[in-house]
Parts: sequence; C-alpha cells; structure tokens
Amino acid sequence: MATVRFTSALQRFLAAPPTEVTAATVGEALAAVFEVRPALRGYVLDDQGALRRHVAIYIAGEAVRDRVKLSDPIGPNDEIYVFQALTGG
Amino acid sequence: MAERLHVGTRKGLFELARRNGVWDIVATHFLGDPVSAVLAEGDTVHAALDLGHFGAKLWRREGGGEWRELTAPAFPPKPEDAGDDPHPWSLGQIWVLEPGRVPGRLWAGTMPGGLFRSDDGGTSWSLNEPLWRMAERRQWMGVAGGEQPGINSVLIDPRNPADIRIGVSTAGVWASTDEGASWRIINRGMYNEYMPPEQREEPLVQDVHRLARCAAHPEIVWCQHHNGVFRSEDSGHNWREITAIRPSKFGFAVVAHPRDPDTAWFVPAIKDERRIPVDGKVVVARTRDAGKSFEVLRDGLPQRHAYDLVWRHALTIDASGERLAFGSTSGGLWISEDCGDSWIAPEARLPPVSVVRFADH
Repeated sequence: MATVRFTSALQRFLAAPPTEVTAATVGEALAAVFEVRPALRGYVLDDQGALRRHVAIYIAGEAVRDRVKLSDPIGPNDEIYVFQALTGG
Repeated sequence: MAERLHVGTRKGLFELARRNGVWDIVATHFLGDPVSAVLAEGDTVHAALDLGHFGAKLWRREGGGEWRELTAPAFPPKPEDAGDDPHPWSLGQIWVLEPGRVPGRLWAGTMPGGLFRSDDGGTSWSLNEPLWRMAERRQWMGVAGGEQPGINSVLIDPRNPADIRIGVSTAGVWASTDEGASWRIINRGMYNEYMPPEQREEPLVQDVHRLARCAAHPEIVWCQHHNGVFRSEDSGHNWREITAIRPSKFGFAVVAHPRDPDTAWFVPAIKDERRIPVDGKVVVARTRDAGKSFEVLRDGLPQRHAYDLVWRHALTIDASGERLAFGSTSGGLWISEDCGDSWIAPEARLPPVSVVRFADH
C-alpha cells in the first residue's frame, strides 16, 4: 500500500496522521484519506478540487505534475508527501 | 455598553474585557495565524482565518467554550463556459462577517467577490449565485492591484432584512431589495480620480473602501472612498462628497453613530502612495453635523513619529454609540469611552491589526 504523509504544519489545525491507501493516482490517494478525514480536504485542495497554490505534493522525491486533476500515477509502495511551500514572516 | 472587544491581527485574535474600568487582554486565540474577520454576537464569536498555504477557514466559539471549525464558504464547481472568468472560483479570504437580522442568518463578504449566506448560524453557507453570475461581476477590479475583488461591507436594513447594500473593492455599491435574488449597481455622485477622465464618474469603477450605515436611520450611509469621503441620504443611491474632512480625505475606515444620523468617524491618512498619518500624528476625524464640519480628535493618540495605518475593518463602534476602538498596521490599539473625545491604549504590543469588533453587535 502507498502511504500519504502530511506536513507537521497541518497538525496545528487538525489531526493528519500518515495514512495507508490503495490508489492508482494522487487524486485517488487523497480522496481515500479525505473519506476518513473530510475536514482535511479544504486544507490541501481549493474549492475546485485543485491542489492549493502553496501546497506541494512529492512522490518518490518528485513534485506532482498535474496539480489540477491530480492524475499523476503512484506505485503500490510509494510515499506521498503533502507539505507547504514556506513563505512570509 | 460593550464590555468586550475582539481584535483580529496578523498573528492571532486578542480578546479584551473591561474590568474595573480598565480594558485588558483576557484571552488570546489562534496565536500566530492571520485573522481576517470577526463577528461577536452575545457570547457567540465567529473568527475567519486566512491561513495562506491552507486557505481561508471559519471557526466558532460559543459561551466561552472550545473553538470549533466550521465548513468554510466554498464556491460551486466552475462551469466550462466560465473559462475566461478573470476571478478564481475559490475562496480567497473571508473579509467581512455580518448578522443578517433574521434568526440564524449571517452574511460573509469575501475575496474574490463572492457573497455567502448562512441560515443556520454559520454552520453551512451558500454562495449568492445571482450576484456571482452577473456578467458585470467580471468587470470588478482586484483589491490593491491584485486579481481578486473583495466585498468589504454588507449593510442590512434593520427594518427590512431583505434590503441589502454591499460595498466592493473595486466596483462601487450594489443593492438588492429581494434578499439577494437580484442585484443592481446604484451609486451615483462618486468620482474616482485615478481613472481616465471619461471613466471617473462610472458607478462601477468607484473605489469604495468601506461603507457604514446609521442603524436608526438606515437611509443614511457614509463612505470612505479611495479619494474622499461621501454621504448618501437615500440608502446609497445618490452621494455627495464631504469636503470638510480634516486633516486629509484619504483613509479606509468609517463608522456611523447608531442613532444620530449626522455623526460619523473616520481615520484619515496621507493618500495613497504613502498611506501614513499626516505629520506622523494619529488622529480621528468626527463630524456631528452631517459632514459640514469635522473635529480632529487626538487626546490619548500618538502625536509624534507615528506611522500607523488603520485598515477598513479596524475601526468599530458599540451599540451605545459611546465606545469606539481602532487598531493599526503597527499594532496600535486605542479605545474611547466618550465618543472619541479621548482614547486609551491597553498595554500591549500587538501584531498588525486587521479587524476590531465589540461584542454587542
């Protein structure tokens, strides 16, 4: 199974523990997590279901390409990292 | 009179209470997070956060209990024929929260210009589709040169909650008299001096920074506009410029006296490229004669090397009309208990203040 891991910056607002999922794409992996934790969805995706502008997802060390439809494929044992691009002061 | 004040800042929400005649911070909430809007009704407080990376959020606290996150307003799926819409179909920021004067009803004005309504006390929200789907909405200009317009003011007629006015940065004053089922732009008499000459008086280009309405005389509406101060005596249809404002006509904030239709307060600054107080002195301008003349109030306010700017939601008045408060981009906070004649500064060095609100509205 693939594992979705969330930045610790999210833990200030709500629980986001690592979650094992069975999924073929990034979108499916996130959907599986949001089914269990629906409040998390709005922190990661915008109103249209695209990745938030300042949130990044990396799979096996590479940023996902499709930030709108989240169609990048994932392997069965991939680690999917969801984190924020730090800005501001 | 209000005994409690909420101060939303770049780095958290600060709750002040008046005890033995002294205002002091009694609680901090969301420390470190930007607060974009606050509404306090009785012991129910709504706070909107603008988390940047993680989006705009809405929280509620009742009876001094735990904060609970609510489902924030969200835009519906963007239809394919809206591909050329210049504004994003996604919530950027909750900019203003107002009671709807109907039990359970709240209105939220947002960036990118969506108006949302809740009929269950903020638990769920729906986009006002008639306003959002108007063709003219695509002509709304963004705030401060950005891509997102913002609804900065929502005025509900206390006598008739179906009668609504909104102020838009930047798109003038819009009215609905049918609970939001239909909208039209209504402002006449304003001018926008940064526009090309032939465009200056167009209602749609008016840079309305903030609107304020006299609760007891809702036909009286005040406007702090980008290039001046205006007053309407017919619920926002026709405006005349108030030229007596001192020490300058630029600013963001305005509040209206809840009962006296001739009294309003402003916080003037040097326009608009600089945005600092005139001569480094923080002052409040008050008129008590419908704008014919102004008093410049400075007792208790910094008068030397003060560069505080006061944003549009960072000046407030309580229901009595005697207590006012305002906060600044430098973290200044001042409270008056005598209609602005004198001001006190609670002991604090706050982050930049975006919104202040007494807990009695």
